Amino acid sequence: MKLRTLKHHVSESFKSLGRNGWMTFASVSAVTVSLVLVGLFMMVMFNLNKIAGDLESNVQVNVYVAQSATQADQAHLGQQLKQIKNVQSVEFKSKKQGLNELLKSLGNDKTTFSDLQKENPLPNSFILKTRQPLDTIKVAAAAKQLPNVSDVRYGKGTVEKMFKVISIARNVGIVLIIGLLFTSIFLIANTIKLTIVARRKEIEIMKLVGATNAYVRWPYFIEGLAMGVIGAIIPILVVMIVYHYAYYTMSVSLSAMLIQLIPYQTMAVNLSMMLLLLGAAIGVWGSLSSIRKFLKI
Amino acid sequence: MEDMILMQNVWKAYPNGVMALNGVDLSVKQGEFVYVVGQSGAGKSTFIKMIFRELKPTKGKIFINHKNIATLKDRQVPYFRRKIGVVFQDFRLLPKMTVYENVAFALEVIEEHPRLIKKRVMEVLDLVGLKHKMRSFPDQLSGGEQQRVSIARSICNRPPVLIADEPTGNLDPETSWQIMDVFTRINDQGTTIVMATHNREIVNKLKHRVIALEGGMIVRDEEEGDYGYEA
Repeated sequence: MKLRTLKHHVSESFKSLGRNGWMTFASVSAVTVSLVLVGLFMMVMFNLNKIAGDLESNVQVNVYVAQSATQADQAHLGQQLKQIKNVQSVEFKSKKQGLNELLKSLGNDKTTFSDLQKENPLPNSFILKTRQPLDTIKVAAAAKQLPNVSDVRYGKGTVEKMFKVISIARNVGIVLIIGLLFTSIFLIANTIKLTIVARRKEIEIMKLVGATNAYVRWPYFIEGLAMGVIGAIIPILVVMIVYHYAYYTMSVSLSAMLIQLIPYQTMAVNLSMMLLLLGAAIGVWGSLSSIRKFLKI
Repeated sequence: MEDMILMQNVWKAYPNGVMALNGVDLSVKQGEFVYVVGQSGAGKSTFIKMIFRELKPTKGKIFINHKNIATLKDRQVPYFRRKIGVVFQDFRLLPKMTVYENVAFALEVIEEHPRLIKKRVMEVLDLVGLKHKMRSFPDQLSGGEQQRVSIARSICNRPPVLIADEPTGNLDPETSWQIMDVFTRINDQGTTIVMATHNREIVNKLKHRVIALEGGMIVRDEEEGDYGYEA
């Protein structure tokens, strides 16, 4: 395409956007509202996914050895645990290691508990990692059947609940996002259809005197693209501001709970790019889908 | 003279089952002026629409300037249309553009060079006698003037064939003669003209070849013929 033609198309597009000012405003607003919601959803979903991933990789089964067990019993138990289906690794943690970790996590207060070192109340234990996070439940049940096991812990209930909540949140989020995206595509398509109807005669004459479909399509393509991209600006700002606030107020208190949020920069860059692309895709899709039938002359 | 339009056994059936053309054979030589007459529903519109490929024949071949347009791909239609001028009863001008812009529009959308556009638009406006009204808008013109703008637009790309579908249908007798004047001038330059019309007076006075359609068939084809139907 010649540069002169492109210039012509761009100026035609913006003229038309201006001429249909209110309609343009409505479409851009529709994109804006949708993308703000989509952006906020994505922000939450990305973090939930990350937290879920972190937690999933941290899920483990603690098998406590009975105090009565001998060294030989203990070694035998270790072998048996390795043979349980879906167990990836078995790690032995002596009662001494266990106590050290406990004291360490208590920090400055450890002197208070120094008495414990004389008479360690903790049992020896095995820490099992499973291949799949969801295997923990079965593995725990199998381990409990073995002799010389005093107790098995895997955060029963919490693990199940956590997975359930995450998967529901994921699915609901995906459905909502898809719904919102289609709504905005529909709104853009409709708005562009109205501007096309207003210029129907023009298109008819263009086709009659031998304009190619590509030539007719260009201005609408540019219009859709512009509306989508302009519609993405406010959502990008909103998401950046909200995440900035959320990240810097919450990340400290959450990290105390061993939860790490996605770093601000990463989120800002990725989400902005995504919203911009989504806006552009919505606009272009909307405009091209509505012009198709007007080209059949 | 060479064939400009050649139809061989052309049939057209509409999806609803109506047969609009039933095996039309026709040859129009380069530079000819042809009236197409016939009552409503005789197939005139279908016939006209076939020539600029708004419709495809169900069966048969249509050669325009030696090119079979029945097998033309959709992609190639725009380039074919640049070689056909079309004029309608309802003018089809863009109301928000001036006379000059309306004509230039046809050249702009096929990406002609701006300098050539200006030169060519002035030429055709001169030919139809509307150079002095180039800054007017369509609603400031009479019906006849609007039709002349539409004719100027149809010939600005120098098409070898000009198709007119009831070009005087909306005009009073005197204005209609002005339009025929313009057509005669264009025909004198060597352009082939096919004009579908209901205008008995024009057909009978300005003698040209007459093709009469009835029930989708050519029932009469006479050099210097008459309109032939009772009013």
